[in-house]
Amino acid sequence: MYFLKRLIFAIPLLLVISALAFVLVRLAPGGPFDRERAPASPEIERHLKARYHLDEPVWKQYFRYLGGLAHGDFGPSLKYRNHTVNDIIAQGLPVSMTLGSLAFCFAMGVGLPLGFFTAARRGRWEDYTGSFLAMLVVCVPGFVVAPLLILGFSIKWNLLPVALWESPWHAILPTIALGLFFAGKVARLTREGMLNAMQSEFVTAARSKGLGENSLLLKHAFRIAVLPVVSYSGPMLADLLTGSFVIENIFQIPGIGVFLVNSSLNRDYTVVVGLSLLYAALLIVLNLIVDFAYTLLDPRVKYE
Amino acid sequence: MRVEGQKTEAPVIPDPVSQPSTPWRGEAERRRLNPQPQSSPGQRAWQRFRQNRAAVISACYLAFLLMALVAWPIVLKVSGGTFAQIHNPDRLSDAQFAPPGAQHWFGTDVHGRDVFSRVLFGAQISLLVGIVGAGVSLVIGVLWGAIAGYVGGRVDSLLMRVVDVLYSLPTIIFVIVLLTTLGELLKQSHFVENSPALTRQLRVVLLFVGLGAVSWLTMARIVRGQVLSLRTRAFVEASRALGGGPVRILARHIIPNVFGVVITYLALTVPAIVLYESFLSYLGLGVQPPMASWGTLIAEGVSQINPIRIYWWLIAFPSGVLVTTLLALNFLGDGLRDAWDVKSK
Repeated sequence: MYFLKRLIFAIPLLLVISALAFVLVRLAPGGPFDRERAPASPEIERHLKARYHLDEPVWKQYFRYLGGLAHGDFGPSLKYRNHTVNDIIAQGLPVSMTLGSLAFCFAMGVGLPLGFFTAARRGRWEDYTGSFLAMLVVCVPGFVVAPLLILGFSIKWNLLPVALWESPWHAILPTIALGLFFAGKVARLTREGMLNAMQSEFVTAARSKGLGENSLLLKHAFRIAVLPVVSYSGPMLADLLTGSFVIENIFQIPGIGVFLVNSSLNRDYTVVVGLSLLYAALLIVLNLIVDFAYTLLDPRVKYE
Repeated sequence: MRVEGQKTEAPVIPDPVSQPSTPWRGEAERRRLNPQPQSSPGQRAWQRFRQNRAAVISACYLAFLLMALVAWPIVLKVSGGTFAQIHNPDRLSDAQFAPPGAQHWFGTDVHGRDVFSRVLFGAQISLLVGIVGAGVSLVIGVLWGAIAGYVGGRVDSLLMRVVDVLYSLPTIIFVIVLLTTLGELLKQSHFVENSPALTRQLRVVLLFVGLGAVSWLTMARIVRGQVLSLRTRAFVEASRALGGGPVRILARHIIPNVFGVVITYLALTVPAIVLYESFLSYLGLGVQPPMASWGTLIAEGVSQINPIRIYWWLIAFPSGVLVTTLLALNFLGDGLRDAWDVKSK
């Protein structure tokens, strides 16, 4: 019931976000046609503006935009002529989604076991090595990792392709470059959560009842320990799905991230607002799932 | 039985955060709970901190770095002459791509500028943005999350919807649009018309605002999640039964208990913001040249990569300093957390 209510609430939320994005993008001086090759004559510029209805007051433009949205139309791109925003999404989103999901699986697949393992071996050399690795990885930015990976695996040992997005082999380096940072973060959160959980009363109780150490850690402590990770995984997934543009840029991957940055620099209003909305919808759904998972994992948390 | 006993004890475990200011408990009672004559909680925390070798080394490293970046401009000014000329971070020269050596310790870049000086001057910007940004996120995030989680109900939904709205704006787009909007407005105001140096400095302030404005959201959510599960605990109910008001319960029971999580997250926030800044500057959106930060320096280095010749010092030194600083900040944060957190002793 609670979650249904929140799902319905998402609609006005998206309206607020679209209005906010619409206004914020337009607040800055300068427009999408400022950087045309030839300095356009005032007449041409007026025609261009009239064609995209940029000469109307902002509120009128906004309602026109909403009208289009109701039909699932995100409008034309102002910079990439002959492309609609729908085209851009249809082209870039699947690629970014694939890369993001792969990196998410990588981050979880590496981070959770590492965090669990280091917490279970607390204070031994395995803990120190593992924790140091997790820390190191959090501290190395993607734009340093990616060139290093390319230099090593592609140029020196010639094992993997340098760039582009064609075969599964092409996905390996970008996935690692994108996911490594998040793997470290997940490992740290997991370790922290495990250490906290291992001091809880219910773990002591379970231990005093004679439960073996392995199932104690796996079944009881781990369930509580992943809560911070669960909490973090919503925004993390959204970051991975759309925020990968440095990696996309370095590996020449035709994802959506490149459009996000370029469009906001070029004042391509419709693309910025459209992609922001898409991202917002994605985040709302992800956060809802995260909160739902929370109630399943921790019976102490209740929503009414 | 043991579990039962622990439960009743839980509220009175001496807490290093709240203990120094507990006059209501009475000195006699404090002695009874905590019989052996004690050093202050701060001293005990300091002792624990000193035993953490990684944290101490990190603190020394950071102190050394801070000293170096404060002292270096003074050294340049005092020594004067050719030494200052060679190491002036903004002076162009013909010594392009000189490898590291006696004269240029970290080599020179494409314009013949001394990389060592540029890294140190870049450190000022990067660290300043990180610290101020994290401070902003700490204050807003903790207050917001604690109030939302504790008061609950309508206030909670309202506060968290605000967070949701801000969360749902793509962070990077939000920062970029904010920076370009404010930057353009700045450029057109009469205030800075004649002073490009002032404009550049104000852009750094914009970075504080932009990064601070987006970094408190996660903090608020984490704190709220913790508070949500804390407020149903027995010791909070006990305090309420004894007549404790919401302010007292928040300040004395809830916030001290989320302290460990907050410190850990803050320890992740400072480096995260430093990273964020380097990332924005890497894209050319943060600090504007000729001002430098670690991000712009790495970006310059990466742009010089080609299969024929690699000017390794252009990447190695800036990213080396960036990574070691981030590592040290993280270790320091962990050390502080362990020192303050009695629960994980």
